Amino acid sequence: MDNNRHGYADNGSGADMVKGTLYRILEKPLNYARRKSPWILHLDTGGCNGCAIETFAILSPRYDMERFGALSKGNPRHADILVISGAVSRKIKPMLKRIYEQTPEPKVVMAIGSCAITKGVFHDSYNIVGPLDRIMPVDVYVPGCPPKPEAIFDGMLRAIEKFREKVEK
Amino acid sequence: MSREVKGYTLPVGPQHPLYVEAENLMVTVDGETITNVEVNIGYIHRGIEELMQRRNYLQNIFLSERICGICSGIHSVTYCQMVENLLGIDIPDRAKFIRTIVLELERLHSHLLFLGIMGYEMGLDTLFMYAWKDREHVMDMLEKISGNRVNYAMPAIGGVRRDIKNPESFIRKLELLSKRSDYYLNLFKKDRVIRARTRGVGVLTHKKAREYGIVGPVARASGIVHDMRKNSPYAAYEFSGLQGRWRVVTEGYGDVQARVLVKIRELKEAVRILKYALLNMPKGQLKVAAPLAVKPAEAVSRTEAPRGELIYYGISNGSDTPERIRIRTPSYTNIMCLKPILEGQQLADLPVIVGSIDPCFSCTDRVTLVEERTGEQKTVDKNYFRRMRE
Ligand code: SF4
Repeated sequence: MDNNRHGYADNGSGADMVKGTLYRILEKPLNYARRKSPWILHLDTGGCNGCAIETFAILSPRYDMERFGALSKGNPRHADILVISGAVSRKIKPMLKRIYEQTPEPKVVMAIGSCAITKGVFHDSYNIVGPLDRIMPVDVYVPGCPPKPEAIFDGMLRAIEKFREKVEK
Repeated sequence: MSREVKGYTLPVGPQHPLYVEAENLMVTVDGETITNVEVNIGYIHRGIEELMQRRNYLQNIFLSERICGICSGIHSVTYCQMVENLLGIDIPDRAKFIRTIVLELERLHSHLLFLGIMGYEMGLDTLFMYAWKDREHVMDMLEKISGNRVNYAMPAIGGVRRDIKNPESFIRKLELLSKRSDYYLNLFKKDRVIRARTRGVGVLTHKKAREYGIVGPVARASGIVHDMRKNSPYAAYEFSGLQGRWRVVTEGYGDVQARVLVKIRELKEAVRILKYALLNMPKGQLKVAAPLAVKPAEAVSRTEAPRGELIYYGISNGSDTPERIRIRTPSYTNIMCLKPILEGQQLADLPVIVGSIDPCFSCTDRVTLVEERTGEQKTVDKNYFRRMRE
């Protein structure tokens, strides 16, 4: 089934038409709000946690992500930027795909750390099916094992920039 | 109204706002009360034990460090100690002190991280901000010592890689942290809201803790006096000067409050150890030479990680790669107590209770397959793993 740009299936049923019309009316203000305040969802998919704590650290007072309007959220349906760390393990791969599909368009995906980018030290493990960009399109890569919070921050700013571009398109 | 609902099973995770890592708890509830819990782990399993059998002893230092980013220091130190035991070499005293300093700093950062996460899970974001702000001081010290914030790469087989320069310069920050832990202690003892959320919640009795073989701060909160740093001293804990400086912290009630209090009081003990170790470092070399190949032997190394007892067991076969390495991590033991402490509790308390045992799933998942292999799949051999590889 064809999905249009807003993720609603165009199957001609009334409910979807109402939803679609509503979305078209609200699109401009919604997109304005999203552009100003992209929410992030963070998930560790089989790394050592190092990247996870460093990503968490950018929410702490020294780095303070919230001054750019970004807020950490737990629900993929609310998220605009997916922040993924860790080489992807066999068991989490289907979940990861679902999380990607549940995130509304437009979205930006960030790969944090060598694990997510190249599988890192776990490259020859039997349970690792990554790297991340074989599973979903990735927009921003932040290398390092783990990258410093400053680097993740820089990546985040680029992701926000990309996200704004995508919204405006 | 004759419809009867016996219970409802609620999945928590794999992706859930509470935890950064992917885990799954199947919680059965009756109304608001939890009646059963099933822990479903294995999302982060990376097969590190098998990887270790394919790399040489030096490469494995890096791998053991990346088992868990929070406890990276203790994993690599325990691994190096195990290899030193295999080789039968003794390391210089200065190296022992440097290892201890890094390990205690790691304990500080891990406990502060825990404190922040507890605040976050209670809905007390201010506490999260406070604790993580203090944690940044520790991270600064670690960065100054090792050049890295998470994977420090300090120990080498036969000693350590780097020296600590200007040890006195760390004292001021440590004193600040000691003061802050007094503040947290007061907060968790006196604050009415925190007390209401944590007192009498998720009680793990002394008996149950013994039954389940719980280790680390969770066991100490249930009144079990057990700390590898005292029970079987390693690194600089072997020196009586340092041993006299600190005590094992225990609490009696075994509830969430007790578990948090143990960790906060351990912050102060860690500061005491650090102050002594920094100011009394013996002079001498950093490292003794160690051969690359290890003669056939068996060795074990036990240490106290921030979350409890960590054991490495290894067999060497005369080559430069180990024959087998077995790792037993504290979180894997402690996660077993989730079932007894969650049953009969309110659903709304679940995040606080799960958070209070400080689960760190990276090391837990690492063990999962091994358990499967020894338990259910007895006949599995190396080829099984080969086939599993793509
Ligand atoms: S890139 Fe390095 S620090 Fe990050 S999750 Fe992987 S092993 Fe850990």
